[in-house]
Amino acid sequence: MTPLAITARTATTACGRGVGALREAIAARRSGLRPNDFSTTPLATWIGRVDGLENLPLPAPFSGWECRNNRLAWLALQQDGMLGRVQATSERYGAHRIAIVIGTSTSSIGATEEAYARLDGDQHFPADLQRPIVHTVHSLGDFLQAATGLRGPCVTLATACSSSAKVFAQAARLIQSGIVDAALVGGVDTLCGSVLFGFNSLGLISADPCRPFDAARNGLSLGEAGGFALLERDGDGPWLRGYGESSDAHHMSSPHPEGLGARLAMLAALQRSGLEPEVIDYINLHGTATPKNDEIEAGAIAALFPATTSASSTKAWTGHTLGAAGIVESVIALDSMVTGLVPGSLNCEHPDAACGPQLRRENAHRDVRVAMNNSFGFGGNNCSLVFGAERGS
Amino acid sequence: MSTPVGSAPQAPVEVSIRGIGAWAIGTPDWATLRAVARGEAGPAADALKKAAPALLPPNERRRAPDSVLLALAVAQAACDAAQADPAVTPSIFASMNGDLAITDAICRTLSEAPTDMSPTRFHNSVHNAAAGYWTIGVGSHAPSTALSAYAATFAQGLLEAAMQLDAGAPQVLLVAYDSFATGPLGKVSISEGLLGFAMVLEREDQQEHRGHGRCRSLKLSLHPGAAPALPPGALADLAGRNAMAPALVFIDALANERPLCELPAGQDLVMRVELIHG
Repeated sequence: MTPLAITARTATTACGRGVGALREAIAARRSGLRPNDFSTTPLATWIGRVDGLENLPLPAPFSGWECRNNRLAWLALQQDGMLGRVQATSERYGAHRIAIVIGTSTSSIGATEEAYARLDGDQHFPADLQRPIVHTVHSLGDFLQAATGLRGPCVTLATACSSSAKVFAQAARLIQSGIVDAALVGGVDTLCGSVLFGFNSLGLISADPCRPFDAARNGLSLGEAGGFALLERDGDGPWLRGYGESSDAHHMSSPHPEGLGARLAMLAALQRSGLEPEVIDYINLHGTATPKNDEIEAGAIAALFPATTSASSTKAWTGHTLGAAGIVESVIALDSMVTGLVPGSLNCEHPDAACGPQLRRENAHRDVRVAMNNSFGFGGNNCSLVFGAERGS
Repeated sequence: MSTPVGSAPQAPVEVSIRGIGAWAIGTPDWATLRAVARGEAGPAADALKKAAPALLPPNERRRAPDSVLLALAVAQAACDAAQADPAVTPSIFASMNGDLAITDAICRTLSEAPTDMSPTRFHNSVHNAAAGYWTIGVGSHAPSTALSAYAATFAQGLLEAAMQLDAGAPQVLLVAYDSFATGPLGKVSISEGLLGFAMVLEREDQQEHRGHGRCRSLKLSLHPGAAPALPPGALADLAGRNAMAPALVFIDALANERPLCELPAGQDLVMRVELIHG
């Protein structure tokens, strides 16, 4: 594919607001996870919660979109100068020439949950939650249009945990077809009862901080996050060099036993980038710390990449941020090109036997020119992205 | 404000329709829905209340939500009509709400006994549930996506289908569907009945595939503005209160061989669809 410039990027996670906070937490090996203090019904697990959202109502003009998820979207948009960059880009190209392609898994379902907790005697929603827009998945995209003033195509992509990786692919198609000149991509997902008790019902959450790729890992830690990137045809880079999308065709909530979908996504991303596995310096893995995901992903990495590739999961810092995982971990991979700091897999003491030499436990310094990000979701929905410091030939 | 330097307004994107599938209560296939849209017939009075896609085994059919059954039924019908191989055809599932009846049930459980959440209901609640069941059911490793854009969901699904064709896919499957809302949520987020509509689309340059039946082409373009509302009539009576109702404007144009329709595509954005009826 013709590479696209990533002219701005940001992420807000349990590690703090903006790329700087994430960078510092990674360098200091300081996890953002804490014991679950979110759900009113006790649930023994650790979570990656973003501080302060309770005290950050949306500005009055946006009160129609009020909910935790859109608060996090608004907070994330304020970091690293992202909103200003979006507005400058809008003035440059015109608001109708910029798309919004945004990912989420549950969007603002937390508002729907709250409405059910506060039903009146006649089983009606409380007046302040009788707003259809916050009870549908496009709540996020619609809010972002209001918040940014962008008027190009605006779509919310919801393929569970691959959502905000796939936004890069969909936006790239819109730009390359000439429909738009730029796109705001990203993802926002917030903690809510649905995901805490849903993943609990599947037996996939750990009572301890998650341990990606550790032989004794026993489940994931959920987190919330918001992040964005701006894609344009030209710029200083870094560059989106390739994307690969695939389906497992196996099971709704369990990965393909041989990692077939994961391999197909990685190979398609490499093929589209025109790059060989040998040039991949760093892979930010999906690495949820569920027994199956990590075993299968580790096997696929060991089979496809040389020992010179470094690979790690950063979910022990942020938790699994679901529909925001793709953007958060893409931002981390992109930041490794700037800092030369490659995160190791925090909380991985004894790597699983399936791990090859690519899996790194400790942080390391190395030159990162090409990086990859993997995001795999429910329904066997997979996406891999390839980023390059250079535009390439 | 400076003059925008963006490229000229985009030229229309052209795609061809290879096969169509449709399902609503009373119109369980495209031929029937088309006849209703043309005023040649009415919906069946003793109609099935849910779709029954043949590709799911009976036990899976019992577990799958109505929205998934609907999506899979029209997806399969479109692939059959197009003689397309679903195992290699990328798929786009466009739904405004996914399944609000499941959201209703989950939120009810969370408000009463959160730890009683059903794992099956939880994995059925993801917006890409239909995409997951489809790719599993047909054994497809091809890319699959699930999207929403509120009232613009159908137009944005159509746009993504055209973009995937433009990026090199020879054929894509677009599945647009929405189901009913229930409970307290159903009083705020209005969606009634079931409406599913699917098309296998292909690039205009896939001439070698042509040759059987009529081939209809679409020219899509985006413009600032607002789309007209769905006019009253048989289609509005059939599914005008379903969240996928904006697709009825397109269905009407296709069935009645109109040259043009305009679809809501977002805030201050309309998709103009020129239809060339082969």
